[in-house]
Amino acid sequence: MPPAGTVHDVASVDEVVTGLGAQGYLVDEGLGTAVYLALRLRRPLLLEGEAGVGKTEAARALAAWSGGELIRLQCYEGIDVSQAVYEWDYSRQLLHLRAAEAAGTAAGSDAATLEDELYHERFLVRRPLLRSLSATGGVPPVLLIDEVDRADDEFEAFLLEILSDYAVTVPELGTYRAEVPPVVVVTSNRTRDVHDALKRRCLYHWVQHPDVDREVEILRVRAPHVSASLARDVATVAAELRDMGMYKPPGVAETLDWAEALVLIGVDDLDAEAMDITIGTLLKYREDQDRLRSRGFGEVVGLLRGA
Amino acid sequence: MIDIAHLDPDRCGVLTLDRHLVRFVDRLRTSGLVVPLGSTLAFGRAVAEVGAADRSGVYWSGRATLVCRPEDIGTYDEVFDHHWTGAPLRGRVPVARHPVTLSLDRAGDPPPDDDHDDGSERGEDHLEVRWSRAEVLAARDFAGCTDEELAELHDLMGRMRLFGATRRCRRLRPTARRGRQDLRRTVRAALRTGGEPLRRCFAEPGERPRRLVLLLDVSGSMEPYARALIRFLHAAMVGRRDVEAFALGTRLTRLTRELSTRDPDAALSRAAEAVTDWSGGTRLGDGLRVFNDQWGVRGMARGATVVVLSDGWDRGEPVVMAEQMARLGRVAHRIVWVNPLKASPGYAPLARGMAAALPYVDRFLEGHTLDSLRTLAEVLAED
Repeated sequence: MPPAGTVHDVASVDEVVTGLGAQGYLVDEGLGTAVYLALRLRRPLLLEGEAGVGKTEAARALAAWSGGELIRLQCYEGIDVSQAVYEWDYSRQLLHLRAAEAAGTAAGSDAATLEDELYHERFLVRRPLLRSLSATGGVPPVLLIDEVDRADDEFEAFLLEILSDYAVTVPELGTYRAEVPPVVVVTSNRTRDVHDALKRRCLYHWVQHPDVDREVEILRVRAPHVSASLARDVATVAAELRDMGMYKPPGVAETLDWAEALVLIGVDDLDAEAMDITIGTLLKYREDQDRLRSRGFGEVVGLLRGA
Repeated sequence: MIDIAHLDPDRCGVLTLDRHLVRFVDRLRTSGLVVPLGSTLAFGRAVAEVGAADRSGVYWSGRATLVCRPEDIGTYDEVFDHHWTGAPLRGRVPVARHPVTLSLDRAGDPPPDDDHDDGSERGEDHLEVRWSRAEVLAARDFAGCTDEELAELHDLMGRMRLFGATRRCRRLRPTARRGRQDLRRTVRAALRTGGEPLRRCFAEPGERPRRLVLLLDVSGSMEPYARALIRFLHAAMVGRRDVEAFALGTRLTRLTRELSTRDPDAALSRAAEAVTDWSGGTRLGDGLRVFNDQWGVRGMARGATVVVLSDGWDRGEPVVMAEQMARLGRVAHRIVWVNPLKASPGYAPLARGMAAALPYVDRFLEGHTLDSLRTLAEVLAED
């Protein structure tokens, strides 16, 4: 956790790199700088990259490091205000109407009073975006808007308003403005382009697969029981597979799974046979597995021994 | 004031850091990056935060604030090196055009051998196109149109409306008495009747048009048609939303941005600029593979209607073509193949790429005249 104050007061890029590293999330200078700037300039951070490079994990690590609550909004086709910002608890509102009627107050009071009662904060259901703006004092929450490319354009336009002012309007109640602006991380798998206007408000970082050395470090940190030599073998093979033009190149999550699987079946010295029986944790398309098979596990393992 | 003399001793004698940063952004713009003013300001603030003491700090500050597409990273790196260290700019190297020989053979001739590749050893493609001379002259097809006629056709294409198939979406729309209860509106209505929910409201999932993905083959053999079909792409892009357009040649070029402007001339010239391999060779299977890898299978083609506009001529391995079409077929709602050569009498899908792709194609259409494109529009509107 950063020293006194909030994460917005972080002092240097190095502090970010060390802080996130302590949470088991290793970042290079590029991502470190992007996170640092997002905190200092209080701007949302847009992370794009292949599936499995650890975009979502960045937000998790950031929340763990800062001590702020992680508020996650998973985007999907057709997501709208009632799922993202707020909704009224309609059944309770109807019950309230019934109760008012039974007590005989409904007929007496005018429509305006009844309306005020009905659209009161106690019937308000706060969804992730509103929750992230309602934090009072203390550590700002980390708002993760995951896979924004799955949502439709209308929703993106709506996000613009929230991300530029850190404020949202509930027509019946008024405007909620964040006392402490949340740290916002937006991720996209780039199945379509995020709108330029949204990009303009964000800092941008394209997340890449880690290189072999970094991946070894990640494996050692995240799966400490994997031996150093096995971690290097696993990372080397993963890097090799990423160069083979697979349909789905293995991400960090897959290499972690694979290393765990190898440890579980008691392999410490990677060989062709062990690779054959565990390859399902690494490559998840039949065509990709076939491609590797036709090249031969032996040859890939040979690369390790040659190196 | 930060001492910046070490950044670029030759040039920045009298420049303040601010001016230096602005100049750098100017250079990026002239190299083709789109950098809004706000981003320049953010860049300035970012450098102030990170400090200009070392190169990588400035580099990453710019990466976070000025670049917002992975395609631009290469240009950024180059301009950065040029600006801060004086490395020479490489600039864009135009792709060498691949000569293509078209020869017409008479209908009724025995089909040519499958051995098309001998031409490539001489550095050119030798295409045997199976339509008769008389047909070419008789049919008023795109290949024979002058530029003026094409512009006129473009106008007509602009009037076509591509409705496309629809699918259910999660957004609800109010209905009279169908679907689920809409409590939000029911409560609202109850207020008007003194708190008594007399009027019950309903809603059901709405519909959205499926995404339309257009893949246009711009290789040499398609040249006479690509000129017209690129106009069709533009007309489709401005006519409705959620359309994506790509050019397939020796490589894959995304044209969605270039074509999404309303002005047809601007759109076409931007597209022509973006596609560096007009009339080059064809690697159709490889192009589809890149499309599948980078865009299609990752989400763009999922549940979408995919239209391939190509003569199916492919210099690559047919097995690659078949594999990629199968992948595309597994995610797409429908694949429509538009082949301008299909209209010629006696046409058979003999091109190896076409033959390999055909099993995965849901509808196989012509695309050589405006009428045939109208048919395409009708087909797209079905189901």
